[in-house]
Amino acid sequence: MSTPFAKLPGWVEYALIPLVNLAVAFLVAGIVVVFVGENPLEAARIMITGAFGSGEGIGFTLYYATYFILTGLSVAVAFHAGLFNIGAEGQAYVGGIGVAAACLTFDSTMPWYLVFVLASLGSMLFGALWALIPAWLQAYRGSHIVITTIMFNYIASNLMLYMLLNVFKPLGQMAAQSRTFEAGGQLPKLDWLLSIFGLDIGGAPFNFSFLVALVAAFVVWVLIWRTRLGYEMRTMGFQPHAARFAGMKSKRIVVIAMLISGALAGLMALNPIMGDQYRIQQDFVTGAGFVGIAVALMGRSHPVGIVLAAILFGMLYQGGAELSFDMPEITRDMIVVIQGLVILFAGALEHMFRPAITAFFARAGKSRSEAAAGV
Amino acid sequence: MSDFAIELKGIDKRFGAVHANKNINLQVAKGTIHGIIGENGAGKSTLMSILYGFYQADSGEIFISGQKANIKDSKAAISAGIGMVHQHFMLVENFSVLENIMLGAEESAILTKGITKARAELKRLEEQYEMEVDPDAIIEELPVGVQQRVEILKAIYRKADILILDEPTGVLTPAEADHLFRILAQLKEQGKTVILITHKLREIMAITDEVSVMRRGEMVATRKTSETSVEELAELMVGRRVLLHVEKGEANPGEVKLSVRNLTVRDSRGVTMVDNVSFDVRAGEIVGIAGVAGNGQSELLEAIAGMRSATSGTVTLSGQPVDVTGPGDPAAMRRRGLAHVPEDRHHTGLVLKFEEAENAMLGYHGDRKFGQSFLLDVEAIRKDAMEKIEQYDIRPPNPRLKTANFSGGNQQKIVLAREMERNPDVLIIGQPTRGVDVGAIEFIHKRIIEMRDQGKAILLVSVELDEIRSLSDRIIVMFAGRIAGERNPDASEGELGLLMAGVEQKLEAAQ
Repeated sequence: MSTPFAKLPGWVEYALIPLVNLAVAFLVAGIVVVFVGENPLEAARIMITGAFGSGEGIGFTLYYATYFILTGLSVAVAFHAGLFNIGAEGQAYVGGIGVAAACLTFDSTMPWYLVFVLASLGSMLFGALWALIPAWLQAYRGSHIVITTIMFNYIASNLMLYMLLNVFKPLGQMAAQSRTFEAGGQLPKLDWLLSIFGLDIGGAPFNFSFLVALVAAFVVWVLIWRTRLGYEMRTMGFQPHAARFAGMKSKRIVVIAMLISGALAGLMALNPIMGDQYRIQQDFVTGAGFVGIAVALMGRSHPVGIVLAAILFGMLYQGGAELSFDMPEITRDMIVVIQGLVILFAGALEHMFRPAITAFFARAGKSRSEAAAGV
Repeated sequence: MSDFAIELKGIDKRFGAVHANKNINLQVAKGTIHGIIGENGAGKSTLMSILYGFYQADSGEIFISGQKANIKDSKAAISAGIGMVHQHFMLVENFSVLENIMLGAEESAILTKGITKARAELKRLEEQYEMEVDPDAIIEELPVGVQQRVEILKAIYRKADILILDEPTGVLTPAEADHLFRILAQLKEQGKTVILITHKLREIMAITDEVSVMRRGEMVATRKTSETSVEELAELMVGRRVLLHVEKGEANPGEVKLSVRNLTVRDSRGVTMVDNVSFDVRAGEIVGIAGVAGNGQSELLEAIAGMRSATSGTVTLSGQPVDVTGPGDPAAMRRRGLAHVPEDRHHTGLVLKFEEAENAMLGYHGDRKFGQSFLLDVEAIRKDAMEKIEQYDIRPPNPRLKTANFSGGNQQKIVLAREMERNPDVLIIGQPTRGVDVGAIEFIHKRIIEMRDQGKAILLVSVELDEIRSLSDRIIVMFAGRIAGERNPDASEGELGLLMAGVEQKLEAAQ
């Protein structure tokens, strides 16, 4: 028995539904703010001006967005091959080894753009390696990738603590972090990019990694929709049995997709280490790997959607920080609640309003065609 | 009291731009068997779903036994006395017959009392309608025909006076289908009304009193079955004259292209699905494999195509041996001149979420013509797809449209165009016209005969006995993984039916 179905116009699918979800998320967040005893409209104003009201605010917003673009792309690439990579957090963390090793070795002998190349390759290599073991276990031993990548996040956390204390930490220092890099280990700020628009970056750590993230988004688009590998990955993701029929090497594709996913997550380590702190320190990923899951969901695994969703989450991070500063009633934890609501409505409950919206457009389409017919 | 069990007045339903039902009027007389036929997408399923409360009509009225009914969900349909037997059974496989029949009608939280009552009621129904089943048998251990009987009993147990059956014979042997028709005749005698949805014209002629034909969302005609003919109904369905018999000349078999020897295939649980099967297919002939679904045909095709590894046996393709016991390599088989139209286009032959053009190269996407490097040449892919669309008259002619939006017949043409246009030596085809409308069946059958006449070796698997008989030059019947016999295409349906049911094997074993 075939089920007739209606197709929604593209702008409804890709713009209206995400916006409705977002509006509901903010509505519920607003109610939470009311319960805390603050004015939600005022809170929204502080948040938006905090994120976009000044050059510095925008700089911070885009700095955070850089994290989320890369982890979002990482999750999306695995998604396309039907794999749920929960391990971007750990892969990004381990990717830090590559960045730190390149910077600590060459920061006083090479210019930043050469160190940057080595650091990028190193971060992608370590990120990919960290994804390799779960990928291999999934492909050849049938261990579920969701479980193994979660586990590997914990292993990464401990491995990195060991690395920081025993390899990167200079003698005589207490904190679990490396020494500060020299000029060769520092990516330039993108102050010139904002000054084109007459904005002053202030103290924001908005740096070269943002451009790297945009290039990565384009490369991922080419990979997924314009290469044989991407075609095979999508076949796997949609219909594993059809991939088998077409003679695709499923196990190999699982491993390759996860290596690419891990490499993209690893690349994220550039942003905080070489772009902001100029040293590797404990927990520099700060949950960006998990936010990447929400970004990929909200961006529907499309690079353009991911960039937009990443900027939204950058706004939540930056605006949220401003909000908790200006409204003492709204603590840091409250901001996490609001971010959680956005993830809940935009990601997990993505399809909640779809039936209603579909029905609405079905009715609208009907009355339109009736009007055209002169009924 | 009205003479009509069901009366539909002006039922209209749209899904977005799709006008699924256009102002449908239908009267089904009490105590009759009423057939509804139409091609895929003609709106039969939508109409029945409205009647059973899955969808709400945009406008129009439903009268049950003369009373205006508001069927807002399937619960309302059941209490109005409507029962439905779906194409895919809605049974809990590891529950017993009795448990399935009670499910949703337990009456109280403590089951003991209900079970005793249900058992007695079931016994009475079985006797009244001559439908013997063991109430304690577990569903998954029962043959498909008996499972269907359980579905019917389930509906009658819920006091259904009107029974809707959706493509009920698709999974049955001819003998089981005959049994089903006897049950339906019995139900009719007892005063029940039966609505039979099918695309098999012969069934309509055999069992119904009246028949309504749907085409493109409209009810185009209602006829007394005794006053119509298969030809007229086919014409009404398609809207033009159709050729029901495949015209084909004598086969001209050449050398052996595909040779299968002692092939045994076990599934992942270790159950033997194909048991020591041997046969040859020659260039320029069509060998048909008949059998009820699930008797090893699927596994046989997959093993030959390299999608599934065999336990033992050999396969020779154009004189060269194939490693069938290894992990299997469908891509290598393609390179060696084997094309495969898989049985299940929805899960295997196509990726429904892909654009048409992306599916038109599935399995051949490594070809240089689709891109010289690791990059794909999207223009070349769409151009190639467009050529196939024109040759096979695939509609709508849009290589960028999502494959799910094509009708069943057009989806199947996408697969056939892809596999046939590679000019393979050997073509293995599973269920070429499953879920395909009459107009497209004619086209597909013609193409298969053309391929044969071009000297291709063709192995055809189908559960439609008519299709096997009209296309094949030789017929092999499979039962329980073995070859139950080989016959000429002029063998009678009864003879093939017995082979399909494994009767001869049992007789041989008994001797």
